[in-house]
Amino acid sequence: MVFDWQPVFLSLKIAGIALFFVSILGLLLALPLARHCFPGKDMIEAIITLPLVLPPVVTGFVLLLLIGRRGPIGKMIEQLFHSQIVFTPFAAVLAAIAVSFPLMYQSAKAALQTVDQQLEDVARTLGVSEVKVFFTVTLPLAWPGLLTGMVLSFSRAMGEFGATAMVAGNIPGKTQTVPVAIFFAAESNNMTTAGLYVLIISLVTFVMVFGVNRWSRRKMSRLLQGRSSHVNS
Amino acid sequence: MLTVEIRKQLPDYLLEMKFAVADNMTVLFGPSGCGKTTILRCIAGLTRPDQGRICLDETVLYDSSRKTCLPSRYRGIGYVFQEYALFPHMTVRRNIMYGVKNYNTAAADTLNELLSLLQIGNLIHRYPAELSGGEKQRVALARALMTGPKILLLDEPLSALDHEIRLELQDELLKMQQMWKIPFILVTHDLREAQKMGQQIIFMENGRPAPKDKQILFFQRSLQL
Repeated sequence: MVFDWQPVFLSLKIAGIALFFVSILGLLLALPLARHCFPGKDMIEAIITLPLVLPPVVTGFVLLLLIGRRGPIGKMIEQLFHSQIVFTPFAAVLAAIAVSFPLMYQSAKAALQTVDQQLEDVARTLGVSEVKVFFTVTLPLAWPGLLTGMVLSFSRAMGEFGATAMVAGNIPGKTQTVPVAIFFAAESNNMTTAGLYVLIISLVTFVMVFGVNRWSRRKMSRLLQGRSSHVNS
Repeated sequence: MLTVEIRKQLPDYLLEMKFAVADNMTVLFGPSGCGKTTILRCIAGLTRPDQGRICLDETVLYDSSRKTCLPSRYRGIGYVFQEYALFPHMTVRRNIMYGVKNYNTAAADTLNELLSLLQIGNLIHRYPAELSGGEKQRVALARALMTGPKILLLDEPLSALDHEIRLELQDELLKMQQMWKIPFILVTHDLREAQKMGQQIIFMENGRPAPKDKQILFFQRSLQL
């Protein structure tokens, strides 16, 4: 039996690209929403959280309405570039972004809320710019929470099936990701292949979650108890 | 010379204060929740008053009539918080040097002088979590003075410390004020501390200067202590 690694590489690539976008977007959106109250904030947060609680096929259906040939984005892309998004790896990236974004947003928001604002105030009184305050105080202190959000988002993007199947389909070598490959392998009774894919995706996810949990625990221990406890632990 | 004339509506009362501070140790004294910290935050540019004017020498820090509000980073004001507010992910040295833009000979001299005066030279490679309360407060003081502020605001900096460390740091603060020759504004609700530290004491109650009879009562109580 020749094992096809292509779905594994494609899934890693799609999850990586999705992670890049959700990390930036999640942080940019969480920054104002974590610290400020304004009319319509609850509505915005509810919309952001929807893909997390809705079945992925619903997210896929909405995406299909938007990026399909007759959808507003799909039409625009067709006019501009004479091509379509659906059933391309790009559609799989969009599906991964849509389902993983709420996890990144929620983690980023929680991480930013844990940063003591007095520390940011001190930095301001010491004459540094808001950009420096963000990169030297806010970001390093929120980093463990942000990293957890990034791992969760990456894992969610890797495991995305419903929305991906709807907008990207199952084209071997082009849009076939690991979850889609597992589904079709199991459906055609190829349990060995399906099992290997399950093993690989579980292993990748486990290593990331385990590694980040371990790193976060050490980092927090260092912040709370100092270097000596870190060395001893 | 710092002149403050501000009004700000707080949830429970209207904060309305007017005072001037020369190059001395001024104490803002009053019960918890009377608006002392809000005044410091307004001076530092961390909270915006509703109305009024704050000037430091020739510089207008805030003027509601001219819609001027200088951002905190341009005010040149040192601020020491009650809970130290040291950056937990930086060593003592990085904490102290945080606001220094150019590390030159003058900055190195100031650093060495502060480390020696505050006796924290042996702590520079430690993290805040490895310091005692008194050490943390010394580091916070060094960090605030390292940037060469025109005024130093101290928000109950000694309230979380043991009695002996507290007395020790009170003396150090007085010594630092005499050496730096800039206005120090100390917030406290401890009458004995106010009496010991303040060359000028501003009594506050519910956001306003306390009435004269209450101030006399405070003095009488302090004499009995």
